[in-house]
Amino acid sequence: MNIALARQPAISLLGTTALLFEPPGEGMTLPVQQRIWALAETTASWPEVREAVPGMNNLMLAFEQPPRDLAALEARLVDAWHATRPLPLAGRVVELPVVYGGAGGPHLADVVAHTGLSIDEIVARHSAPLYPVYALGSHPGYCYLGGMDERIATPRRRVPVVSIPGGAVSIGGAQTGVSASAGPSGWNTIGSTSMRFFDAAAEPPAALRPGDFIRFHVQGVVR
Amino acid sequence: MIEVLSSAALASVQDLGRTGGLRWGVGTAGAMDDLALAAGNLLLGNAPGAAAVEIPVFPFEVRFTADCVFALTGADCAARLDAAALLPWWTHRARAGQVLTLGLPQGGAGRASRAMLCVAGGIDVPPALGSRSTQLRGAFGGHEGRALRRGDVLRAGATADGGGAGAATAPHGFGLVPPALALPLAVDGLPAVRVLPGAEYPAFEEASREAFWRTSWKITAQSDRYGFRLDGEALRPIAPMELRSHGIVPGVIQVPHGGQPIVQMRDAQPSGGYPKFGTVIEADLWRLGQAPIGSRVRFVEVDWAQALAALDEKAAWLDGVARLVALHRAAAIASTASPRT
Repeated sequence: MNIALARQPAISLLGTTALLFEPPGEGMTLPVQQRIWALAETTASWPEVREAVPGMNNLMLAFEQPPRDLAALEARLVDAWHATRPLPLAGRVVELPVVYGGAGGPHLADVVAHTGLSIDEIVARHSAPLYPVYALGSHPGYCYLGGMDERIATPRRRVPVVSIPGGAVSIGGAQTGVSASAGPSGWNTIGSTSMRFFDAAAEPPAALRPGDFIRFHVQGVVR
Repeated sequence: MIEVLSSAALASVQDLGRTGGLRWGVGTAGAMDDLALAAGNLLLGNAPGAAAVEIPVFPFEVRFTADCVFALTGADCAARLDAAALLPWWTHRARAGQVLTLGLPQGGAGRASRAMLCVAGGIDVPPALGSRSTQLRGAFGGHEGRALRRGDVLRAGATADGGGAGAATAPHGFGLVPPALALPLAVDGLPAVRVLPGAEYPAFEEASREAFWRTSWKITAQSDRYGFRLDGEALRPIAPMELRSHGIVPGVIQVPHGGQPIVQMRDAQPSGGYPKFGTVIEADLWRLGQAPIGSRVRFVEVDWAQALAALDEKAAWLDGVARLVALHRAAAIASTASPRT
């Protein structure tokens, strides 16, 4: 395949409701995410765009009305991407006390089995980074975090769990996060915390925003 | 006002959905059959975004605690007001104390599965983040952020033309040809929905791509407002895919590792990571939303222009409804206003 072509961003349709913009490259990096934030800021005011929604190193544009001339919008989007510079958001740091393992971390053993690391090593590696909030999604108030130690990456579960509680700290592939309310999940839950991430009556309703940081503080380890 | 008499689970207050909250992780929710809701609101002279009660489980009973004009759209549930049979897709007036009963959906294999109970003035619950739709996962919106229960009391709002709550004197006694008849779409005798191929469509085996369009898909019992899990020939990727989490919308057809697709429905979460085979186009999501559990559907491939044309066709049908309703309402008001001789 032509390398120059492969380096172009990919744009795909989500029906007539939205499009998905994916810059080239593998993995999830903060510099790319900072450009995604910049692109979201630029495109949010476009007349075709109802909402610009950052994902993990990608961006969804939900349409106000589906554009009749899709090619023109796509070209404008690619041009805007090439013009973006990283937007270094630096929000507040939120410390979350976590109890790892036990009833609140039923899949810690699966992460041990997959990684071959000890519980202490997994807890140490998981609680070490200052995690930037890359994006919100999944369910109200949920934060996608960047920067997890790849050594503790563990594939999503073959069969999703019917319901995990709010405050569940989990690993899905190379990502980690904290569920904001009870619901189904395919991720491996390794611990729990208590934090209110969402209040529909608050302004804004989500407690965190992209560019904020989460640090997990080890409150306890149940073996 | 209406009081819920059934313990029937899963009925909920819905409007056309909540926009603008995706960046906080808030999905749109909204009526599974948006066309039934829009038509019901037109019949009653409501604002297009007025809320109604979506009913997926029957029988379902409510008591009117005040005089009220209402419309029934969506599934034809052999409705009765006390003992009197009611026409579907029609406007009616209830007196205080009367009981409305919705039975099992009628119409055999091609039956719809969800009824909409729309009231003049709309269901008056407090808007949350710009919408009255129930956000089940977030436990807000709708009636106390949850599905309705026996004993819940819902108020009707004031009507746009200045009538009181529930507009007991609003024009009524007319109705519509349902869109399933006016805008039919079937393949080999099965209900069909149109699909725009998605980002990972080319990454599936050719045999899987061909089977997707050629075979029928059963809507399994693990299907609800969040998503419809389908059963059919497993869709196999050429190579396994692990995607970065990204935004998704209702209609997106995800294929988990097992190969059985899941169509995201109105309560879909706003992001996901499974490969996307395609998206049921917005114009046809109401058709799928009405397909009963256990029934089979077919998928029809369309391109962008055809998907837009389908939206135009839907809008044109609603325009036609609006014109027809305007005539009926004018006639009803004239007959009410003229003195009897």
